[in-house]
This record gives sequence, structure tokens and C-alpha cells, in this order.
Amino acid sequence: MQTVKMVVTGPFNSGKTEFIRSVSEIDVVSTERSISSEAERVKETTTVAMDFGRITVDDELVLYLFGTPGQKRFDFMWEILSEGMLGFIVMVDSNRPETFREARGILQTFRAYAPTPYVVAANKQDMEDAWEVEDLRIALKLDSKIKMLPCIATKKDSVKSVLLELLYSILEEMGEVN
Amino acid sequence: MALKGNLRDFSVVQLFNLVNLAGKTGTLTLEGPNVAAWVSFRDGKLIHAQLGNEDGTLLGVLTKAGKVRPEQSKLIKGHASDKSDKELGLLLINAGYLTQQDILASIQHYVLDVVYRLFAWVDGFFRFDNDVLPPDDHITVRLDLENVIIEGSRRIEQIQSLEDEIPNLDLALNFVERPGANIRDVHLNTQEWKVVSYINPKNSIRQIAKTNKMNETEIRTIVYGLLEAGLVEIVRAEGAPMPAQAEQFEKVNKVERESLVNRLIDRIRSM
Repeated sequence: MQTVKMVVTGPFNSGKTEFIRSVSEIDVVSTERSISSEAERVKETTTVAMDFGRITVDDELVLYLFGTPGQKRFDFMWEILSEGMLGFIVMVDSNRPETFREARGILQTFRAYAPTPYVVAANKQDMEDAWEVEDLRIALKLDSKIKMLPCIATKKDSVKSVLLELLYSILEEMGEVN
Repeated sequence: MALKGNLRDFSVVQLFNLVNLAGKTGTLTLEGPNVAAWVSFRDGKLIHAQLGNEDGTLLGVLTKAGKVRPEQSKLIKGHASDKSDKELGLLLINAGYLTQQDILASIQHYVLDVVYRLFAWVDGFFRFDNDVLPPDDHITVRLDLENVIIEGSRRIEQIQSLEDEIPNLDLALNFVERPGANIRDVHLNTQEWKVVSYINPKNSIRQIAKTNKMNETEIRTIVYGLLEAGLVEIVRAEGAPMPAQAEQFEKVNKVERESLVNRLIDRIRSM
């Protein structure tokens, strides 16, 4: 059995868990809830924090989706999670400009990891106060070559199209390398 | 869709950058703790600004600029109170009191003065209303935002926010290939030109700072201004060590990967 993985990252509460939950065939193993109580708050500093979902492709191939909180708090996780990944998705809450700075920081770090294909998902586009995708692209200082996709993480079709766009980017990147 | 938030999270400099790059037309409303301000743009150019109840009428602006003396201002008010700014401007030009250039330069100076004061605002709500513009009878100007943004970024005193914006000095800079983004058209000071002359994917920001004997805050301030003016972008420094996962990619068989990705695509499409 071959396994491959994709990483879903972004600032806290940007919709990573919902994103994975929408397409995962298993219940998502989530650790983000551990922030709610004092006892677990202590645990937060020691527990490996991530979400985890799975899509079985066929008898020989399984895709794992890993969701990690923003790299600022959990940057030590990045290297571990990113080992061998096909690509990653950066989730941004289109509705919360207070998280854009953190998202920019994550993206800046990712630019340093340029060889790994990624897309940015502008989540919560169904909300009244959501920023438009093109405004978000500028706010996040996203290169025009990087795909910035509207997303509603609770909707399966929306999540599917983000995953597909990432896979197309991976294929394109392979073509360029070849 | 709204464009609104708090200046704590998205600064005036960043808002101007957004308006500039998106070529927006409309009015930005800023609500500070004690006063509100309105800044209008057409096709990404600054055209008008008003701060609270300040007298931003043509007469008020000309008086403030010393083009009209206070006693003259009173006289004009008495005789031409029903005139719009455009009508009054024409009247003053035709009467030979002022030239069109005097009037436009005074308005430009006033607009920039208001805007530069706004750059000091670090807290307060903002909202951008598309296609809302000052009334037709107002005299507007047309100012490129790159220079305004560069000047605004020079006035930033929040060192912490600069560190948040540019956390990694080991990355490099490259010039942006964007129509209208020409570094030669921007009024840079000597220090900024020194940095610009070393911008190249081969030089990390840290190396540029070291060469120019700048500390981290100095280099961040300059880089922030260039970034927000949409003139440069951050890129991975050429020759920097490849991250672990990138090296791993190279070891995987490309044909196998292509087949694998196509299977994933088929599976996700069928879900």
C-alpha cells in the first residue's frame, strides 16, 4: 500500500478542520479543540497538534490530509509534516483581516519552500464580510502564478475543486521540471 | 462583498497598496478614535481627502496655503457663498487672482497633508465603498500612489509590525514586472537607492543590510515601503540551501509521480 500526503495549513480558525472533514472518509482526528480548557492548554505546548483525514484512492494508494495550525505557533511541526508531501494548501479566512498578517508570514515561509507546489484557498467566501479573492491576493502579496481559489470549506464540491487545482498545479510543475 | 476591517490588522499603507494594485475607484472611510476621514481614489489614483470637520473647501484650502488672506477669504465668502468649488476656482482664475496651477498645487498639498497624517493612525475601523466619489463640483487631483506609499512607510514607527511583516531577512528581493511599476518614477532617498541598487535574487535582505551598514529596523522599513508600493517582491535567495522536503521530491521517480497524481485526480473527481 502506497501512501501520499497533502498538508493543509493556515492561521487558527481558517477552516482547516472543516476542509479535511468535508472530504475525509474517516472522522477527522482533531487536536485543535484542546485549546478550550486550562488542563489541555498546558497540554497544548507538548502535544503534537494536527488534524488528520484520509481518502482511499484504490487498493494500492491512499491520500492522507494533514492539517496544521499556523506555523508561528507550531513551526516545529512544519518540517515533520512536510516530509514527502505532494503539495500544500494555505487556508485563509476571507472574513477576518486580523489573520492576514499571519497568513502572509506563512506564505512568506512557503515561498522559501518554492519547489513544493501549493495553492491558497480563500475560505468562507459565503460570508457577507468576506474580502474578494482578488483583494485577498493583493493583501497576501501572492504571486500571480500562484492559484488563489474561492472556497467554502464546509461544502464538499468546493473542497474538491481546491484539491483538484492543487493536483493540476503539481502536474504542471512536473511538466516544467521535465 | 465588503472591504472592511481594523487598521491594527491592515494598515493605511497596506490599504493604499491594495487600492493601487487593484486600480480601485471609490472612497475609503477611516474611523479613528475621535475623528473620521475620507479618502477617494479613481482607477487607483489618489484624488481627494477630507479629515473630519476640517475646512476642505477650496477657499479653506487656499487660505491654509496662504494663497488667499483671511480677510480676502471673508470677502469671497460674503460674495460667493453660493458658488461651488469649481465655480469659485474659475472665478479666481478669470479674475487673475490665481492660476490653475496655484489652485491644483494647493489642493494637492492639502490632500497629501491629510493622507500623511492618516499614516500615523494605527487603530480604527476602515471601509472601502466601491464607486463612491466626491460630488462633481469638488476639484480633485490625480496622484500616483507609489510615492505616497513610500513616504507613508517612512513614517512607520511600529517596529514590531515591521518584524511581523518581514520576519525572514534571509530571503531575497526581486523587482516586480507590473505595468506602471517603474522604480525610476518613485522619489527615493539616498538610503533607499542604496538598497535598490543591490536588489537581486542572489542577495538576501540581510546581505543588503550588511553591505549598506544598516540595522534590521532600517532595512525592514525600506523593504516594507518598496513591497507596499508594489515595486518588489520577496523571493527565495538563489543559492540558499534547499529545504529538506524539496530535496526529497527530487528523489521520487517522475513518471511514477505523474501516474500517481492522475489517479488522485480521478479519485477526487469521482467523489
